[in-house]
Amino acid sequence: MNRDFVSPVIKSLAPSGIRRFFDLVADMDDVVSLGIGEPDFVTPWRIREAALHSLKEGYTMYTSNQGLLELRNAISDYWYENMGMRYNPKEEIIVTVGVSEALDLLMRTILTPGDEVIMAEPCYVSYQPTVILAGGVPRTIPTTMEDGFQLRVDELEKAINERTKAVLLCSPNNPTGTVLTSHCLADIARVAVKYDLLVITDEIYSELVYDGKYTSIAQMPGMRERAIVLNGFSKTYAMTGWRIGYALGRTDVIKGMNKIHQYTMLCAPITSQKAAIEALRNCHREKAAMRQEYNERRRLIVKGLNEVGLECSMPQGAFYVFPSVRSTGLDAETFCEQLLKQEKVAVVPGTAFGSSGEGFVRCSYAASIDEIKEALERIGRFVENNSLRKCASGEGA
Amino acid sequence: MLDLTEDEVIDQIAQMEEQGIIVKYHALVNWEKVDDDLVEAMIAVQVEPERDVGFDDIAERIYNFPEVRALYLMSGSYDLSVFVEGRDIREVAHFVSTKLATIDRVKSTVTYFVLKKYKQEGVILDGKTKPKRMAVSP
Repeated sequence: MNRDFVSPVIKSLAPSGIRRFFDLVADMDDVVSLGIGEPDFVTPWRIREAALHSLKEGYTMYTSNQGLLELRNAISDYWYENMGMRYNPKEEIIVTVGVSEALDLLMRTILTPGDEVIMAEPCYVSYQPTVILAGGVPRTIPTTMEDGFQLRVDELEKAINERTKAVLLCSPNNPTGTVLTSHCLADIARVAVKYDLLVITDEIYSELVYDGKYTSIAQMPGMRERAIVLNGFSKTYAMTGWRIGYALGRTDVIKGMNKIHQYTMLCAPITSQKAAIEALRNCHREKAAMRQEYNERRRLIVKGLNEVGLECSMPQGAFYVFPSVRSTGLDAETFCEQLLKQEKVAVVPGTAFGSSGEGFVRCSYAASIDEIKEALERIGRFVENNSLRKCASGEGA
Repeated sequence: MLDLTEDEVIDQIAQMEEQGIIVKYHALVNWEKVDDDLVEAMIAVQVEPERDVGFDDIAERIYNFPEVRALYLMSGSYDLSVFVEGRDIREVAHFVSTKLATIDRVKSTVTYFVLKKYKQEGVILDGKTKPKRMAVSP
């Protein structure tokens, strides 16, 4: 007998749409990639040096489950200085292995089977699986380019039912780069209070906003007790491989998360925690320099994509643009596959982030200016060639 | 990229050139890769400052030599940092002994030859590494 050892829940999980593209690209040379969701900078030297120093000093052991108190203090101070809110480092902060772990812990902490979590789509690839793995049911609300990919609060209210437990936000957004407006955040907060919901806010790109200061929904009236903030060091300090993040919020939820964390992860790596302390305390200049660099690239890529005929609005945050490829007549998957085959440029189909991403592709501008320029030239050629073919076949018909 | 038009950028650069804020454009050369035996030295010079003019007149006397690539007034145990370039060690030595050390108010000179340059003008020479990221990631 061939017993099936893999659980049906796992079998029913859709494979990540990004994975397929990764496999396609892996066999090709000379690919210019705008498909990478991580900084092209190496972690600032100051941070790497602090980690080396901690190793030299012999910091190679477990930390408390919740993370080094020194790091929690630094996180608390960071929040106080930047957002004007004080979280108690002893009870309201947990250090995790990236935002990914924090999200998983949180879903498992709050969901009972059948509970629903509402999220705007397109959204980051792990949101829905994380909810499903915790026994919950993801409910997605499509957002559109016409609405600037903002979450429509009337749609949100319609999606709420008696099983709704939480709303999951990501601002700035991966893949669209959209930053939710203060107005939108205030409306969501009002709805959360009205229906007694938690708001989970993934703020991993909060330091990468280019027009004005970042506002967290945690700052909205009534949200101190309802918002669970997830953040980390990967994007702000180019520390993706260090796997270090944190969650802030009400004591009961953080306590619950810590319970799972202590049995599954025990603690985040001490070297990464030591590095994170240095990042928060002493890397303002490095952080600002990277942000400025991204901002220049953002303007370059948006202008370039519009010039070659792919409609692209100016995103306010993260390092992604989400141009429409509808003008080419190709669907997102075909566009990406053909672009890769014909011009060796890797971008990610919008459908990898949910079905409402159809007609769009995600381009990351965490790439050098030269790479972006080269990619734009190739995309321009691709659009021109494929539009011509379309016209020709149109005439022939 | 800068949220300015091309004309605005050209205009601002022209203004900065006019005002002497942008003084010169130059290439940063990694001489290790050039088949040339140029030598560079930093000479720490102690001088007797003069009433009314301080270090300025002696500085002028030194920086006018074409061998001098840079000259700074320093705090600390000596006064002037003189950066000199020469075809070989003998040429630099000749400059120090016959020109620099013989100036009236120069009390002492200590010459340090540059052996290897690791970083210059904020650029790590030979510091390029290959990209290590995966080609596609979420």
